[in-house]
Amino acid sequence: MGDQIQLEELFQQRIDAGGKIEPKDWMPEKYRKTHIRQISQHAHSEIVGMLPEGNWITRAPSLRRKVGLLAKVQDEAGHGLYLYSAAETLGISRDEMFDQLHTGKAKYSSIFNYPTLSWADIGTIGWLVDGAAIINQVMLTRTSFGPYARAMVRICKEESFHQRQGYEIMLGLAQGTPEQKAMAQDALNRFWWPSLMMFGPRDEDSPNTELSVKWKIKRKTNDELRQQFIDITVPQAEYLGLTIPDPDLKWNDERGHYDFGEIDWDEFWTVVKGNGPCNTERLKARVDAWEEGAWVREAALAYSEKQVIKKNQKAKLAS
Amino acid sequence: MSLRTYILSLSDNAMILGHRLSELCGHGPTLETDIALTNISLDFFGQVRSYLQYLASIDGDQVTEDTLAFLRTEREHHNCILLEQPNVDFAHIIMRQYLFDVFQLLQLEQQMLSTDETIAAIAAKAIKEARYHQRFSESWVLRLGDGTEVSHTKMQTALDTLYPFVHELFTQNDWEKELVEQGIASDVKGFESRYYDTVFQTLKSANLSKDDIINRYAQGKNGIHTEHLGYILTELQYMQRAYPNMQW
Repeated sequence: MGDQIQLEELFQQRIDAGGKIEPKDWMPEKYRKTHIRQISQHAHSEIVGMLPEGNWITRAPSLRRKVGLLAKVQDEAGHGLYLYSAAETLGISRDEMFDQLHTGKAKYSSIFNYPTLSWADIGTIGWLVDGAAIINQVMLTRTSFGPYARAMVRICKEESFHQRQGYEIMLGLAQGTPEQKAMAQDALNRFWWPSLMMFGPRDEDSPNTELSVKWKIKRKTNDELRQQFIDITVPQAEYLGLTIPDPDLKWNDERGHYDFGEIDWDEFWTVVKGNGPCNTERLKARVDAWEEGAWVREAALAYSEKQVIKKNQKAKLAS
Repeated sequence: MSLRTYILSLSDNAMILGHRLSELCGHGPTLETDIALTNISLDFFGQVRSYLQYLASIDGDQVTEDTLAFLRTEREHHNCILLEQPNVDFAHIIMRQYLFDVFQLLQLEQQMLSTDETIAAIAAKAIKEARYHQRFSESWVLRLGDGTEVSHTKMQTALDTLYPFVHELFTQNDWEKELVEQGIASDVKGFESRYYDTVFQTLKSANLSKDDIINRYAQGKNGIHTEHLGYILTELQYMQRAYPNMQW
């Protein structure tokens, strides 16, 4: 018991001193579990997040935009790949994580349960959703678990490129024809509030933050991050000439921040609990891809086993 | 006019197959194959842009890579019909890919020698991609052909379905013959036997059987397609048709 306490103290001292925890280091069981949960859910968000944007690849309006979008969605698959690998270092397999996603045990970011209904949604997702993700994720580049922090450095670089790409799509629309401008405004109207929900419940309704702060998973609270996002984004919308769909949005000189209206928390919980506009479709798409791919994965395994047998037989003959 | 049709035929092969692969993004059997197939799709669209920018520079006036890519009718597309065949399952996707990859690699080797400098330059760049594509698809033909009983059956079915479309890759229209004589187009007849040698050898290693050449009616190069192409174009051209004359 004494040993355990001492180990925990040393562990925490290392984190406090800015050191990294590596997969083979001793760690409290709760730390391991929390990280498996957080990293795998983050990975799931990347691969489920491929679906709403993938929805517009075949209909992208120009070759340049098509190539940009393909590359972006491919980046997300790559992010999924290194996040799953980071989680695997903690003793869980990718198949187990997929199973948790497919059975609804593991969550992914709720924003991807909203449909992409026009080309402007692709711009808006890049601008707002990737923008919000970056704010959430920049602090993770300094988190205590080494593989996660390192994966996040690369992911953040790519996300910031995606965010600029999304904003550039919006700029094109905002400076375009009245139809394009209307398309951009409609997309902002639909994605604004769900983007604010990406930062999670209000601080008073958000349990679990104490350990997250201690382990440097979190450096700021949900409400602080949400405010930061709004303060950055409002001038960007103004520059585009678009109106943020919040009548209560107003600069507050005293606070040095924008005041904003009440988020519809009923909607938030409805979507989180699985009843959003596309929850069923998103999960079905992932489960279908997995099930339809089963024979492919089995064949690849069988083939590699056969190759090993052939190699051994050759070696035997040679000896 | 011949040169124009020839460039379109090269570009449309890449564009239509690139489109088929782009339909899969996010739905692959593993993350790794998902990334690889998207990569191949990206390579094809890169080739399309090179070809169509070249053609736009020949056409001049208001023609751009996008008016060429998105505003032609079905009859104005010159891809071989192998490439528009649907993504029935992963076996069909891999088999279609492999049957084309071997062809494209041989074709690009020849095109690097084209007397048309731009076509030669595009080929010199694309051939590096094509080598990777063939390595990828061939490795999967072997894996799935010689994997499990299920995968073997699926691959044989895919081969039986897609193989008859191969013949069209080696047909030569009058406009193509004229360009071959000028040293602009690659002579597909010149590498036909190498193609079949390579393909038959791989199929044999993968325990898949096919050793004859089947000639199925196919006029894709002349702009007569299967019913699939219309639906591909409906999606591909949606934005440009619904919102004409806009910048994106």
